[in-house]
Amino acid sequence: MHESAAQIFINAFLANNFVLAMFLGLCPFIGVSGKLETALPMGAATTFVMLVASLCAFGLNLLLAYFNLEFLRLIAYIVIIASAVQLVEMVLKKYSPALFRALGIYLPLITTNCAVLGVALFQTAREYDFVQSVTFAVGAGAGFTLALTLMASVRERLRLSDVPSVAQGTALSLMLAGILSLAFMGFAGLGG
Amino acid sequence: MSQAATTTWEEFMEGVWRQNPVFVMVLGLCPTLAVTVSAVNALSMGLATTFVLTCSCLLVSLLRKLIPKEVRIATYIVIIATFVTVVDYLIQAISLALYDALGAFIQLIVVNCIILGRAEAHASKHPPLTAVVNALGMGVGFSIGLFALGSVREILGAGKLFGFSLFGEHFQPWVVMVLPPGGFFVLGLWLLLFAAWGRWRQRRQGAAKGVTQHA
Repeated sequence: MHESAAQIFINAFLANNFVLAMFLGLCPFIGVSGKLETALPMGAATTFVMLVASLCAFGLNLLLAYFNLEFLRLIAYIVIIASAVQLVEMVLKKYSPALFRALGIYLPLITTNCAVLGVALFQTAREYDFVQSVTFAVGAGAGFTLALTLMASVRERLRLSDVPSVAQGTALSLMLAGILSLAFMGFAGLGG
Repeated sequence: MSQAATTTWEEFMEGVWRQNPVFVMVLGLCPTLAVTVSAVNALSMGLATTFVLTCSCLLVSLLRKLIPKEVRIATYIVIIATFVTVVDYLIQAISLALYDALGAFIQLIVVNCIILGRAEAHASKHPPLTAVVNALGMGVGFSIGLFALGSVREILGAGKLFGFSLFGEHFQPWVVMVLPPGGFFVLGLWLLLFAAWGRWRQRRQGAAKGVTQHA
């Protein structure tokens, strides 16, 4: 468990990209990646929630371990994530109503984004310390944003091309994701 | 009596076929793609999810008149998380190898959209029996979807099914199928297949209608 912060970041960002290599957070990945303008804010919001969730989960885990209540971990984490999402929702609604409307149903759905809970669970399972946890959360969020942006750019391009009508929709998105994932396999081993 | 039986059967088949969570609604993708590297993993994940889904829907349906509307989502999540914790410890007790293979994805059942979706869209509006039947149907449909993916990936990627070798020792395994990209490709191909089949059936029905009109 002596990974340096840089290694953790690279691993979460590229080599073990949360979306394309670990299959976390696929619902928004397929759902919101239609347009580039919504992909970036979605990535930023998710990254922020990840960071908050990671910080809270770190503190909470110490507390639970102190009281020998580890079996409550999952329930406690999910409640914390739900509150963090609620917070982001209120801030966005106040300061950027247009963006709030554009993200629509996918904003509250960050609660059920497995990438966020994944960050909290993995950092606990790997026994990361405080700095490692924060780096991990930021790296994972950046990786999620990167995957979302890439996918959105490709899909914007694809709108102009002639695709057989049977393949349109989710099937095509999945094929694209497969090819992207194949490309990301080239990063394997980068984080050491 | 028979009418009631038919509606129950319809309710069950809703999730198994017409609204199949994997192939029709394309929900719960993360566990679908992540654990389906082998048929056994896929089936155990399907079973675990079915258990959580059924129990949560039963409880949500029983409590549906008590839960205040404003905090319903939070309540559902806590109910689901409770049952997932149960499953988590259960699998750990039954088979540690399986627990290691499925990894964090057992705990991630909490955020499987199918379960929350069913609790919100169905169980919160229907009596317990209907809710349980519907949840069971969805669970079975999800398991079928997982199995369809898991078996194809295991056969192509390892040349095996349930751990038994299928093609003899000269088979060159198609390794990419058990790696992450393979999950995307296989699900994409399944969806393509279903879309093409739907198209073909539509055309055939159209042709049949045309014939009767001419006659």
